[in-house]
Amino acid sequence: MFKSVYNWIDERLDVTPLWRDVADHEVPEHVNPAHHFSAFVYCFGGLTFFITVIQILSGMFLTMYYVPDIINAYASVDYLQHKVPFGSIVRGMHHWGASLVIVMMFLHTLRVFFTGSYKAPREMNWVVGVLIFFIMLGLGFTGYLLPWDNKAYFATKVGIQIADSVPYIGEYIKIFLQGGEIVGATTLTRFFAIHVFFLPGALLALLAAHFLMIRKQGIAGPL
Amino acid sequence: MAHGNKDEKVVYVGDSRVRKPSGVVAVPPDYTSFPGRSEAFIPNFLLKEWMVGCVVLVGFLVLTIAHPAPLGYPADPTNSAFIPIPDWYFLFLYQLLKYPWVSGDYVAWGVVGIPGVAFGSLMLAPFLDTGKERRFYRRPIASALMLLSLVACFYLTKVSWDFYQHELEVTGTVPEHITREEEAREAAMSGKEPPSATKPVEEVALVDADNADVKAIMEKAGCLQCHGTDLKGQAGAKIPSLHGVGDLLTKEELADIVTNGKGAMPAFGEQLSSEEINTLADWLAKQKAAGE
Repeated sequence: MFKSVYNWIDERLDVTPLWRDVADHEVPEHVNPAHHFSAFVYCFGGLTFFITVIQILSGMFLTMYYVPDIINAYASVDYLQHKVPFGSIVRGMHHWGASLVIVMMFLHTLRVFFTGSYKAPREMNWVVGVLIFFIMLGLGFTGYLLPWDNKAYFATKVGIQIADSVPYIGEYIKIFLQGGEIVGATTLTRFFAIHVFFLPGALLALLAAHFLMIRKQGIAGPL
Repeated sequence: MAHGNKDEKVVYVGDSRVRKPSGVVAVPPDYTSFPGRSEAFIPNFLLKEWMVGCVVLVGFLVLTIAHPAPLGYPADPTNSAFIPIPDWYFLFLYQLLKYPWVSGDYVAWGVVGIPGVAFGSLMLAPFLDTGKERRFYRRPIASALMLLSLVACFYLTKVSWDFYQHELEVTGTVPEHITREEEAREAAMSGKEPPSATKPVEEVALVDADNADVKAIMEKAGCLQCHGTDLKGQAGAKIPSLHGVGDLLTKEELADIVTNGKGAMPAFGEQLSSEEINTLADWLAKQKAAGE
């Protein structure tokens, strides 16, 4: 049944090459921890992606309860954390995952750096990777405000003050982030939009580029 | 089917009706580029990778259950006692900006100069380190710079975190999410409903609010300077409201606090006569929700 449905689709759209390309690509011995335990350092990129998937899924569930306005934001997080079944687990995964993704990405960056894998012809993939790093930091910064507790509020205030001290354009960055003169209602909706739409959109595009390039170029050879 | 043999799979080139030659097998160019025990990504390798993923996931869930995500009290812009702290991965930048040579007049160096050079060279690493050599010990400059940056980041993060802990200790502050968790635990132990930070506090009106004697004494002692002109205290600075204080403390306790001070509150025993303290304590003890 499944096979005939698959064949029916494949006849029309020729989907086999799409997934066969991913499925058949080579995992060489030198990156396979099953053969050389020290090759576990090559797992960090995959784990970064794994945690990113967890972040996206847990974030999607969080938005079912979260309300991005200054009256209800805290109350909705409070409700989610203390009243919703498994709410504290989902929020906990999103909270700790944010740290874990930074750790994994940091280790992945170091692995790529110290194995010299960013060298020609993979320069572009490194640049895209560093951009992903920035996006992740941006997600961390904007996500920190959303629970709207004192820690969130004052850390964001300090962060925006720092952005404000950038010469020439600091003022504009501040107004763009705050959406006004103070950290308030517009800041929260803005950070929410940046956190759940703008940055994840950019992240997915960059991740796609990152993976396409690694498929196209293959993994760097053994040292 | 319009193309004859039913079992034959027809692959077209582009949008044309030209059949793609079947002799060409699309072997990825890298498939044989490395000697040794290569294996296919799916399913061979992915099945093993799942195991790593499962170990990570279990560890992650244990962490999540053991340490619930922190949540403090609702944002209060008038709170002047709160010590702001960014997430740990921003601490190195936060600490950097505290040094005098990258702040104040030189803040451009702190917010643009140093981070710009550091992150800029990280991003442009492949164009700065263009040699063919990949082993890190054969490219000492790149490796040394990276190691140096790592040491600097770890150092700044540690200094920043230690200073935060020191600040907490000096000011006697407990981070809000911990206070909150403690309160909830105490409530649960005594079988009460956990206190909700979002439920509005019931307003208790002052009893005998226009007592001239009390007003004069308060004026003299400067009560209003800390407890507020409305006597509602400052929640952020942990200065209690005096509305309904009679429900919490007896007259003797109130007199004792005024005389000897308590916590951050100074003693007024020398400033006020015992008669004045008596009048004040009397009035404070009357401050009950139900009224007299």
